[in-house]
Amino acid sequence: MGKFRCPGCEYTYDEDRGDAHEGYPPGTSFESLPEDFTCPDCAVRYKEDFEPVED
Amino acid sequence: MSTTYVLDHPEKGHIEYSDRKRYLWMSSLFMPLFPMMGVAAYFLFDTQWALALPLLFSYVLIPVLDYLLGSDENNPPEEIVPQLEDDRYYRWLTWLTVPMHFIVLIAIAWFVGTQDLTVWSVLVLAITAGSYSGLGINTAHELGHKKPEFERLLAKIVLAVPTYGHFCIEHNRGHHRDVATPEDPASSRMGESIYKFVWREIPGAWRRGWAVEKERLARLGKSEWSIHNDILQSYAISAVLQGGLILAFGWIMLPFLAIHNFWAWFQLTSANYIEHYGLKRDKEPNGRYERCQPHHSWNANYIFSNIVLFHLERHSDHHANPTRRYQSLRNFDGLPELPNGYYGMYLLAYIPWLWYKVMDKRLLALPHINGDLSKVNIDPDRYDEITARYGAGPGAVAAA
Ligand SMILES: [Zn+2]
Repeated sequence: MGKFRCPGCEYTYDEDRGDAHEGYPPGTSFESLPEDFTCPDCAVRYKEDFEPVED
Repeated sequence: MSTTYVLDHPEKGHIEYSDRKRYLWMSSLFMPLFPMMGVAAYFLFDTQWALALPLLFSYVLIPVLDYLLGSDENNPPEEIVPQLEDDRYYRWLTWLTVPMHFIVLIAIAWFVGTQDLTVWSVLVLAITAGSYSGLGINTAHELGHKKPEFERLLAKIVLAVPTYGHFCIEHNRGHHRDVATPEDPASSRMGESIYKFVWREIPGAWRRGWAVEKERLARLGKSEWSIHNDILQSYAISAVLQGGLILAFGWIMLPFLAIHNFWAWFQLTSANYIEHYGLKRDKEPNGRYERCQPHHSWNANYIFSNIVLFHLERHSDHHANPTRRYQSLRNFDGLPELPNGYYGMYLLAYIPWLWYKVMDKRLLALPHINGDLSKVNIDPDRYDEITARYGAGPGAVAAA
C-alpha cells in the first residue's frame, strides 16, 4: 500500500493507516477516496494534485 | 537581545535573519487592556463616557497608526521559514491569549451585571466585548489552521466565547476550498454591500460548516447529534459559559450577550468582506476552479494592524500556505492591495457608496482583470447596472 502527499502542505495520506479523524479506515485506498477530496489540512489541493511518495 | 536564525544553504550560501517584529508580537498579551481600559477609566473619572475609549482605539487610533507607521518590510527568507516555524515562543503567544478571552468576557459581564448603567453604556460595552471576542475568532483562525491536535483544540475552546464553534471547520474546509468563487458565502461580490453580504455570509457559513462536519461524521458512521461533533463540543462550552453568565448576572445578560455575539461575528464578516471583494478564480476545462492564486486576495502590509491580527492581512500568502504560522507569512509586490489596514477598511465598508468609490476602480485596475468584467465576481442583482457602467472592456475603468 502507498502514501500520497499534498504538494502544498505535506499532509500525507497513508493507505495503511487511513485517516481516522476524516473517517477513512485503515486500508482505504487513495483511489477510493471521493472525487471531490481536498487536502484535509490545507484544502488548497485537489485529489489529482497529490503525489505518490516513494519510501 | 534578539534571536538570529542562521542557515548555510548549499546554493545560496550563508543566510541570516532576525525577526524585527519578534517582541512586537507580544502585544497580543496586552490586547485585553484595551477592552478593560474603558471600565478602568469609568471608575477613575466617574463618567460613563469613558466606556467609549476602547472603540475609539479600534476605529480611530488603529487606522491612524496604520497611516502613520506605514508598511512593514520585514519578510523572512523562504529557507529560514522552517526554523521560524519551530520557534515555540511564537506559539506560546497565541496559546496564552485563549484564557484571556474568557476572562475579559466574564469581567465585562460582571461590570454590566453589577453597575447602574444607561442603555447606551450597556450597548457600548457589548460592542467592546464583542470586538475583543472577534479578535478571539482571529486567534482561533491562526490556531485552527495548524496541524497539532492541541492547537485545534484551543481553537475550538476560544471559539466558544463568541459561540462560533463551526468557524474552523467551515473556514478551513469550506472557505479555503471555495474562496473567490461565486459559490463562496464568505467571499464578497462587486456591488454587494456589507449589509447585504452579512445575510449571505453568516447563514451560509453556518450551513456549510455543519454540512462538512455531518459528512465527516457520516463516514465515521456517527450521528451529527453526538459528542463526536466538533461543532457541538464548542457550542457546549458556549452554553456553560454564557448560561453561567445569565444565571449569575440576570436578564441583562440576554441583550448584552446577543449583541456581544453578533458583534464578534460581524468582525469576521467585515474581514471576509474586504479580503476577497470582487475577486474571482477562473474555471478550468475540467470544471474545477483554478488553484487559489496570490491575486485572489486583498492584502494590507501595515505594521500596526498586522500585529493586532497575527499577520492576517498578509492574506495571499495565507491562502497559498494555510498551515503556515503567522510569524512566517510574507508580503509580495504586485498583489491586490488595500489602501489602509483592516480596521480602516472596515469603516470604509460600513459606508457602502464610499467603499465602491474607493474599491471598484482599484479592483478593475488589477493587472489580471484590466477592466474585463468577466474576470470579476459580480453581485448578480447588480450585474446589468455594473456592466452598463464599466462594460466597455479594458481601458473603460480609467475613463469611468
Ligand atoms: Zn495540503
